[in-house]
Amino acid sequence: MAQVHLKNVSKSYGALEVVHGINLDIDHNEFVVLVGPSGCGKSTTLRMIAGLESITGGDVLIGENIVNDLPPRDRNISMVFQNYALYPHMTVGENLGFSLKIAGKSQDQIDAAVAEAAAILSLTEYLERKPGALSGGQRQRVAMGRAIVRHPDVFLFDEPLSNLDAKLRAQMRVEIKKLHQKIQTTIVYVTHDQVEAMTLADRIVIMRDGHIEQQGTPLEVFEAPANTFVATFIGSPPMNLLDGIVQQDGTLQLGGGVTLNVPQQYTAKTRPGQKVVLGFRADNLMPCGHSLPMEGESAEIEMTVVLSEPLGTETLLFGALAGQEVQAKMLNPRPVSNGERMMFNLDLTRVHLFDGESQKSLR
Amino acid sequence: MDINLRHRIRARLLKAAQMVTLFIAMSIICIPGLWVVLNSFRPTVEIMAKPPVWIPNELNLDHYRAMFGGVGQGGVPVLQYFTNSLIISITSTLIAILVGMAGGYAFARYRFKGKGAIFIGLMLTRAVPGVALSLPLFIVMARTGLIDTHIGLIIVYVAMNVPFTIWLIDGFFRQVPRELAEAAEIDGCTRWQAFWKVEFPVARAGVASAGIFAFLTSWNEYALASQLTRSTFSKTMPVGLRDFTSEFTINWGGMCALAVLMIIPALILTFLVQKHLIAGLTFGGVKG
Ligand SMILES: Nc1ncnc2c1ncn2[C@@H]1O[C@H](COP(=O)(O)OP(=O)(O)OP(=O)(O)O)[C@@H](O)[C@H]1O
Ligand SMILES: [Mg+2]
Repeated sequence: MAQVHLKNVSKSYGALEVVHGINLDIDHNEFVVLVGPSGCGKSTTLRMIAGLESITGGDVLIGENIVNDLPPRDRNISMVFQNYALYPHMTVGENLGFSLKIAGKSQDQIDAAVAEAAAILSLTEYLERKPGALSGGQRQRVAMGRAIVRHPDVFLFDEPLSNLDAKLRAQMRVEIKKLHQKIQTTIVYVTHDQVEAMTLADRIVIMRDGHIEQQGTPLEVFEAPANTFVATFIGSPPMNLLDGIVQQDGTLQLGGGVTLNVPQQYTAKTRPGQKVVLGFRADNLMPCGHSLPMEGESAEIEMTVVLSEPLGTETLLFGALAGQEVQAKMLNPRPVSNGERMMFNLDLTRVHLFDGESQKSLR
Repeated sequence: MDINLRHRIRARLLKAAQMVTLFIAMSIICIPGLWVVLNSFRPTVEIMAKPPVWIPNELNLDHYRAMFGGVGQGGVPVLQYFTNSLIISITSTLIAILVGMAGGYAFARYRFKGKGAIFIGLMLTRAVPGVALSLPLFIVMARTGLIDTHIGLIIVYVAMNVPFTIWLIDGFFRQVPRELAEAAEIDGCTRWQAFWKVEFPVARAGVASAGIFAFLTSWNEYALASQLTRSTFSKTMPVGLRDFTSEFTINWGGMCALAVLMIIPALILTFLVQKHLIAGLTFGGVKG
């Protein structure tokens, strides 16, 4: 159990800086998920916390101590790797007990700790096997078991589920969540899967190009994205974004002659002539008669459906608005034929406006 | 005719053809060896007979008895040669493996200046035929007083084997994921422990196969050894074979008997580590 602090931490490979002075404070027992597109520096950041990668600038603190120059073994952390990195020449039991053996624990202590970890992860019957004779999900659990036997201060996970199929991934996600509740340890978890991030995290940290774009609870980043990048990265389907210009009369002119009122919550924050980006999720654009009751301000929009994706309880509708593709959601769906023109309700209380230049939220 | 039957017959025929081809190939490979073994057990008359006698009339241990016998009766210092060979081969193999592990690991894991050039340079040394170096080597060894010593040959064999062991072991360490050592470090190991407790055991098969190659190279080497050794004190077994030639005669039987003694340790070694060797060869063979 420990806090982790990154203070202005940067990393360069030669002249190329890949992590640009990031600041991050992680609390006791907090489950923090670093998420972002490929190559944004998530693994690098995690590996700097682990001590597998030297840091170019700034400070890494675990607990109260600056650990910048400590080797991994002195940081009391454990890590689960994407490819599990199980020791292939040892049995599952030996894999689990390896760290304790290195630490010079007695065989009795090791056996007890291994048995406990194996019980938590239902690995007891595989203790004698070599990792080569395990399925992907079992290997994954061994990797987690190896991490928990030591009761480390901090757990680090680098895309631990990305080698599993969709069903197993959903299952392991739940197991990791349960594990965290059971063992109460600070966790830093890297993934590029926003669903994993949303479901696991106490706090999500969204990274891009070596910068932190936003951090907050899953709901915060979902409901109040700080910029268009976060808006499209978090949530599925991604948020619809349409370019527009604020008019003198307080309306918002989108392309293709579509005009809306600037939503009330934004009127004070925009000025005429300003370029903005309008963002809304598919859940807030629904066909009339197939939507949730809307209390606040809303706008009616006519749109041609070019494609529909029935998902059972709802149907995703793809249409073109102001020259751009947008997605809408239909509740209590009825069959929709391609090319059908429909009226839609846009819930203006839930739309987002971003500045057209900086792409930052105008909230 | 039933189409299935036809296919079955075709498959049988192919199988038979395969066996025959295999038999011929194996014969070509094995007959010289078997001939040596056979000759070591039969009288010289029969060895020299023309046309050759394929089925021996009489088998005995005369050649072996003579070989181990006194100097007067065609004896040679077999045990001394055997010891020389063993000392030289084992020592040079151990050194070549240690250097090969250090070098191979460095090439597999670290980035350093001139890495590519050094690697190519090492490989190029293999392109030079050893015999071409025998004269310069002879001069150097003579000047340094290493002619006719174990150490002299050990140095030569280490030099011969190191590029090869580096290359082979480099390939094996490349196969070991970096994360294994990293996981070990997180589990509390120092770099050194991570290597010996995780990376080395995982690549052990590869190191073993490099070791066998190095050992067999030293064990069998003749050309350089014949230049650099003179006396019983340092002659290796391949060089010892020449003891059976005199000005006018060649004692083929004795030579074959010594050759058999030479083959045996190599065979035993290969059988002992065969499992590793095959695992190692395929393990490295996937991506090399
Ligand atoms: N050894 C290296 N030398 C130079 N650049 C590197 C090195 N390692 C990583 N990088 C660069 O650093 C950046 C961040 O890499 P990192 O592995 O942290 O990305 P990531 O966010 O984990 O991506 P992914 O989701 O694909 O794993 C990348 O642009 C990568 O090309
Ligand atoms: Mg990564």
